[in-house]
Amino acid sequence: MSTESFTIEQFYKFLSTNQLMAGKCTKCGKIHLPPRPLCSECFSKEFTWTPISGKGKLLTYTIIHVAPTQFQAQTPYAVGIVELEEDLKIPGMIQDIAQEQLKIGMELTLAFDTAELTQNWPTWPRYHFISPKP
Amino acid sequence: MNGKPLASIISAGMTKFGKHDGLLTRELFAEAASEAFSRCPKLEPKQDIKAMFIGHMGEAYEHQGHTGSTLADWAGLSGIAATRTEAACGSSGVALRSGIYAVLSGLADVVIVGGVEKMTHRTTAEVTEYLAMASDYPFEQFHGITFPGLYALMANAHMATYGTTEEQIGMVAVKNHYHGSLNPKAHMQKEVPLQNVLASKYVAWPLKLYDCSLITDGASCIILTKPELAKKYTDQPVHIVGSGQASDTIGLYERQTLTSLHSAKLAVNEAYTMANITPNQVNLAEVHDCFTIAEIIHYEDLGFCAVGQGGKLVESGATRLGGNIPVNTSGGLKSKGHPVGATGTAQAYEMYLQLTGQADRRQVKDAEIGLTQNIGGSGATAAIHIYRRDN
Repeated sequence: MSTESFTIEQFYKFLSTNQLMAGKCTKCGKIHLPPRPLCSECFSKEFTWTPISGKGKLLTYTIIHVAPTQFQAQTPYAVGIVELEEDLKIPGMIQDIAQEQLKIGMELTLAFDTAELTQNWPTWPRYHFISPKP
Repeated sequence: MNGKPLASIISAGMTKFGKHDGLLTRELFAEAASEAFSRCPKLEPKQDIKAMFIGHMGEAYEHQGHTGSTLADWAGLSGIAATRTEAACGSSGVALRSGIYAVLSGLADVVIVGGVEKMTHRTTAEVTEYLAMASDYPFEQFHGITFPGLYALMANAHMATYGTTEEQIGMVAVKNHYHGSLNPKAHMQKEVPLQNVLASKYVAWPLKLYDCSLITDGASCIILTKPELAKKYTDQPVHIVGSGQASDTIGLYERQTLTSLHSAKLAVNEAYTMANITPNQVNLAEVHDCFTIAEIIHYEDLGFCAVGQGGKLVESGATRLGGNIPVNTSGGLKSKGHPVGATGTAQAYEMYLQLTGQADRRQVKDAEIGLTQNIGGSGATAAIHIYRRDN
């Protein structure tokens, strides 16, 4: 597995080994999550991988009641956008928290899904958000 | 440009929006084009029209791509340069901008600009999936975030930041269904009381069924020419005096703010500057109410009220027919319906009717300046146009 390509597929490959990684531009220092091959700030193509804590707070959320076929069995489910400690934002499902306890501003942490991957493209693992362990 | 017309609308056409069983997009578009041709007897379509720009979002609905040339043929115009533009729900707003480029460049003196979508033959789950394709795949769709879900994320943020209420959000639906009840081409032509909006089932909390625009079939078009040629074709042209188009990140999660669409602000600033007007000079607007919360956010982005005051603006009645700034007199996407590719030029169609005094029971009195705002997806595209009545 190449770690030199700063692609979304590589982001998910790291995720499959329980690592949350972002691309850091070696020229201007901007951290890209998701990683990208061309820095949108300075057009550099030189990056390094940098680990991300996965800890953050909930910026906004919703409860999905009508879902595409693939997710219908899971409804109603919560999704939100989380602002991470590193000043990065990432969306995802929020699991194992009663929906009436969800609150904007609450602390959340990223967890890695253990579900088996499908055979269809894309064969990426998923992540979700949970309450941080006390 | 300083308020000078960029291009002029000499005619317009639109199918009834609704459920058109048994018709394909090409057949729907032919009907819209036919209305535009018959409204403008001095136009010789085969001789005069040199190019077509068509907004169409999805191949998946009919297993049919390559829509530009197909529709040119079905409109009786085969041979002309036909271009499809795709920017999700903003596809024909972007087609309109492209038509203006063509006319202004001098490459084509007369162009037809339109849009089409055929959706109702698919199940709700299929449509939900196809519409979601206009959002980010690897981080939004892949994690089960739907289109109503994206606007629900904005709604929750707006409610938490500014105290906007579910009732105020629901009032957008009530107003637009009232307007739609006055539009014989609207998909739904009946009023809906607020208690029914609030009692409808959640689609993506806090958005309910009646907060969502309709899944609709339809086509729309306008015919554009150079301002100096407009009077050759009609005594009553409508002039486009401002145009703005802008982009933003495909993912909602990457944006600086969740309570405003940056692309809409960029585009409207461009359009206002070009038209040399301020927001308080706009007499009426058609805005992209794909979800009720969106209309509240648009009021703020377009400068119709202060930031955070969109909920209060709809509550005040100012945006209802008879108010200071009627918004979505056609019924909007909410009640007229939202055949996604057709929406941008359907907004232009309403503005053409209003500014030529042909809007019948929903006519805004003495309307001189109108604005249309067409959004793609969760705001990765915005296309905004400003129209002026011919004096």
